[in-house]
Amino acid sequence: MTTSTFVDEKPTQNLEPFKGVKKVPHEEYYTSGHRTCQGCESAQIMKLMAKAAGPRTIVLGSTGCMYVANTSYYSTPWGVPWMHTQLGSSGSAALGAAAAFRVQMRKGAMKDEPINVIAFCGDGGGADMGLGAISATMCHPDYNLLILMYDNESYANTDIQISGASPYGVNTSFSTPGKVKRIMNHRWKKNMAPLIAVGHPTVKYVSTISTSYPLQAMNSVRKALSVGGPTFIHCLNPCPKGWDFDPVLSFQLGELAVNTGIFPLYEIENGKLKMYGKSKDIVNGRFKRLPVRDYLLKQGRFAHFIEEDIEYFQSKIDETWDKWLVPGIIPLQKDVEAE
Amino acid sequence: MATLTLPVEEKKKSKINEQEALITGAEAIAIACKLANVDVVTAYPIRPYDTVMQYISQLVADGEMDCEYIVAEGEHSQFEIVKHASVCGARVFCGSSGVGWMYAMEALTVSPALRVPMVCMVGNRALDDPGAFGVEHNDALAVRDLGWLLTWVDSAQEALDTALIAYRVAEDRRIFVPLAISCDGAFLTHSQALVKIPAAELVKKFLPAYNRGDLLLHPDNVISVAPQANEDWVMEIRRQNYKVTEVACDVIREVYAEFEHTFGRKYGNPFFEEYMTEGADVVLLGMGTMSTPVKVAVRKLREEGKKVGFVRLRWFRPFAGPEIAKCLERFKAVGVIDRDFSFGSPDLSGVVATEVRSAMYSSSSTRPPVIGFIGGLGGREITVPDVETMTDIVFRAAKGKAQPLTQWFGLRE
Repeated sequence: MTTSTFVDEKPTQNLEPFKGVKKVPHEEYYTSGHRTCQGCESAQIMKLMAKAAGPRTIVLGSTGCMYVANTSYYSTPWGVPWMHTQLGSSGSAALGAAAAFRVQMRKGAMKDEPINVIAFCGDGGGADMGLGAISATMCHPDYNLLILMYDNESYANTDIQISGASPYGVNTSFSTPGKVKRIMNHRWKKNMAPLIAVGHPTVKYVSTISTSYPLQAMNSVRKALSVGGPTFIHCLNPCPKGWDFDPVLSFQLGELAVNTGIFPLYEIENGKLKMYGKSKDIVNGRFKRLPVRDYLLKQGRFAHFIEEDIEYFQSKIDETWDKWLVPGIIPLQKDVEAE
Repeated sequence: MATLTLPVEEKKKSKINEQEALITGAEAIAIACKLANVDVVTAYPIRPYDTVMQYISQLVADGEMDCEYIVAEGEHSQFEIVKHASVCGARVFCGSSGVGWMYAMEALTVSPALRVPMVCMVGNRALDDPGAFGVEHNDALAVRDLGWLLTWVDSAQEALDTALIAYRVAEDRRIFVPLAISCDGAFLTHSQALVKIPAAELVKKFLPAYNRGDLLLHPDNVISVAPQANEDWVMEIRRQNYKVTEVACDVIREVYAEFEHTFGRKYGNPFFEEYMTEGADVVLLGMGTMSTPVKVAVRKLREEGKKVGFVRLRWFRPFAGPEIAKCLERFKAVGVIDRDFSFGSPDLSGVVATEVRSAMYSSSSTRPPVIGFIGGLGGREITVPDVETMTDIVFRAAKGKAQPLTQWFGLRE
């Protein structure tokens, strides 16, 4: 007898969304013991992610701030099993763990139950080195897993160097303005969530989240763990040390990134795009985007910008909303002449 | 450790169930994976190892093997996937060749300290550049200092048997480190021979289920694996891997004894095979399939009255130094044939010659001269006339005539 299946799906947990801040459970699975900086939003998403996922979870953390600063020998903050994985390996780590659980459950060597497999990576591990492995993993529809990219827009653990997800013109230790060149980083930030969604059509859930909207961030994680197959979340995390701002502003900068239209919030579930929060209002014309100046000038990493740099930055953001086929998300433009 | 004993009836039954097949070295290892009930296999194409993955793919498609068979997008991911699967309790198999093995180097480096008993096949291949499919041992040897166990086999039968032994050794809680079985590209990976395939029920008895115990990554066992340790603890953690190498020889000896007892096939000394060494004045030493031309030459030379023997090294890590030194000090001179190079090393010799000299220095009182030969690189054949000339050189060294310590063979000048 031959069997031929299209996708060999395995049931996941059905994690209902938290219906309001007051309904969020008190249990923490990411607690004290980490050594992250004051105002670190990357640590914040670790906490929210673990809380949203709950105890039947394993977390695989690739090298970066959330390894080196986060998880020290004898003082781990993790209340769920956690394992270090190499910088470029978040995709492979999640795939290996999910495969191991699946086969052992099938063979009766392990209790058959849904286990959440989450691998996280920074923007260096996700948008740069680990992109190939994440892409490969996103093509395996029969394994349930989540890859969460916490994005502090630099290699923030190794002295703040530019990554593929750093913003244009940013001052980092690898792109310091000098006497002749004011702008050393000419790259535009990699558009990670759409890259995963568009490039991997069988992925059922891709979203962008921000720690400034914690309830929504947690519910996004819960949905990603419930829809089945590989899923991807991109979280923007303001970084006081790397972005050079007062830690008290972390939360506000997360909001400003959304309200200026620099980092739109949305989810793509089974091919259906849903914008939410202020991003939705921007699309619907109910909210006028704030000038990017409000966001850029609060951060020391853009202190070298002169007026024309700010104007250029603004024009690029305007383009994403005014010219892109799917505003803020898909950088294809209609061929006006052909019409 | 308790020795496995089987009732007589079961032994008879197992003999009946034993099959014989004409298969390649790669296919032999694929069959061993099936017999070992491997849980997760990751593949990525590179010659010549990749035929093992073609066979496994077919076994899975035919329903003969139940595993997660994942084709990765590169060797780095290939080894990272099985690394994590192993930490989550799965028995795993993986492999590579040449620069593919090097592409996985980061994953290869971290696996021993993570105590991952993955079993891998290396289809030995010359490293680029320039491109060459043929055998060279430098690929597998690149991990020799990192805590891997490394073994070289020279026949399809030995490949199958060693793969079963490998799981038993690697998954022994005293060991718990990755293990690579090296098979010479083409000469073994693609050459067919008659192989006795043991009965599945016997393999099941020989090979207990992989039990990761309190190192298992699972929601029921809340642990943090490999947190940042720095100078506070790294040295102690390295010392744990050192302790593996202290007991590795004993564990390997135990497992070979159990193998012999279970399946009835004898390998004698697990660490090296001696061929016509009795009464020999000099010996040659090497690893892998060079054993075929060397053995032919040794037989020929013996007929001519030249007292030469051959020692084939099976286990390179652990390197059974004292035993090897004790074996070799019986002879007046030793010629080591390296199918590898170690540029800039002492005496500019190959890796094996350097290791043998080092072992002799500390563990032998007589220290016969060790002449290093480098040959067969990139898959070039080591011929019988080559071996005859090498033997003449070793005889001259035995008579006290100074010989160059490293000589290249089969080289066009």
